[in-house]
Amino acid sequence: MAKKDITCTVNGKVRTYSVDVRESLSDMLRGQAGLDSIKHGCDVGECGACTVLIDGKPFNSCIYMAIWAQGKDIVTLEGLSDTKGAISDIQQAFIDEGAVQCGFCTPGFIMASIPIISSETEASREEIRRQISGNLCRCTGYENIVNAIEKTQKKRIAEKKSK
Amino acid sequence: MYNFGTIYETTSVEDALRLKKEHPQAHFLAGGSDILIKVREGKLAGCDVINIYNLDELRGICLEEDGSILIRPLTSFTDVAMHPIIKQYIPVLGEAVNQIGGPQVRNIGTIGGNICNGVTSADSATTLKAYDAMLEISSIDGTRILPYGQFNLGPGKVDLREGELLCGIRISKESYEKTYGHYIKYAMRRAMDIATLGCSVNVTLSEDKKTVKRLRIAFGVAAPVPIRSTTAEASANGHAVNEALLEQVSVGALADVNPRTSWRASKEFRMQLVKEMAKRATKAAIEKAGGTING
Repeated sequence: MAKKDITCTVNGKVRTYSVDVRESLSDMLRGQAGLDSIKHGCDVGECGACTVLIDGKPFNSCIYMAIWAQGKDIVTLEGLSDTKGAISDIQQAFIDEGAVQCGFCTPGFIMASIPIISSETEASREEIRRQISGNLCRCTGYENIVNAIEKTQKKRIAEKKSK
Repeated sequence: MYNFGTIYETTSVEDALRLKKEHPQAHFLAGGSDILIKVREGKLAGCDVINIYNLDELRGICLEEDGSILIRPLTSFTDVAMHPIIKQYIPVLGEAVNQIGGPQVRNIGTIGGNICNGVTSADSATTLKAYDAMLEISSIDGTRILPYGQFNLGPGKVDLREGELLCGIRISKESYEKTYGHYIKYAMRRAMDIATLGCSVNVTLSEDKKTVKRLRIAFGVAAPVPIRSTTAEASANGHAVNEALLEQVSVGALADVNPRTSWRASKEFRMQLVKEMAKRATKAAIEKAGGTING
């Protein structure tokens, strides 16, 4: 089957992968880049466990063709750590708020929450729920996930104001 | 890995149309949120596709010189909902597509794909029908213009002939000017759900806001394809803005719909939804237009 070279930015670094044209982006990032935070949950775009940011917006990487990634800027959960490998504030908030049980959905939820916590304006809990409505969690009942996102966005907005 | 046959890559619309003529069996692959799922399910396993997702010339929304709004088919639901032209002139379309799936699905799903897929539940379909959208359909031999009202031929079947691709969705100035719309999606969940019933209404009122100059109403999942209720519209046009108008629209709508019983809901429940949502959406559209019921 046909192969194609795809050059894109993954977690800040420009990379070229030789992909089978039938691969999904999740296949490419897990298989070739070793980015195992991306989970193959439902594989049909319903559960959000494979969520990554493409040019800043959340997408289900399981229903995104690898060949579409040419020239795109992709961020996965691994890209949230700093250069020394320390986890980000949103990841710490998920731990502190008990927003993680089995953990399978966690990377997807965190990536879906990035646009909310990066925004200048504070989102209501209702708006947070709407923004994570494309992600399924079967353990936590969502409440602690909303708490973690709300806490992080409040902290970030306060930090911006104090600067 | 997706079980595709051949994936044909394209660099321009012309390229895509030429490939479609050469390979009529191949499906156009836009955002893929319907086709890729059908490949996974096996329904389209092994199919050939013509990849058009990268064709940016088919993406975007603009206001044309004649005042019409041109929506190109690969525009994502998120981009439709966020676009300043849509927010200013047809906010109801943005509100409707903002109820599709979840954020990830709205980022990948395209408005052209939504209507070409031809299902009755498509959230963009009712509003586009209610605004008399015109479709620009191209093949390598030329372009034809088709009223969207004539596009749906049956469940999942649309009037795209051999070699054709939807290249534009146009809403005329006359259609959106001084017109206010409201969409109600009734679903079991608030996200990631398909409409049990959808209703899109838009109204143009007289200067004094006391009379309906024009009312258009469309339903999704109330028939095998998205439909307009001409009986409701005929009874509303010229009618005074009052409670009786809501009743007329509701009765007219019930005369035109033909919902079925499915695992989502019974025919009887859908009839009840038609009756109630016709009233509520009409009332909301009138209020947006500055009118008041019994005011």
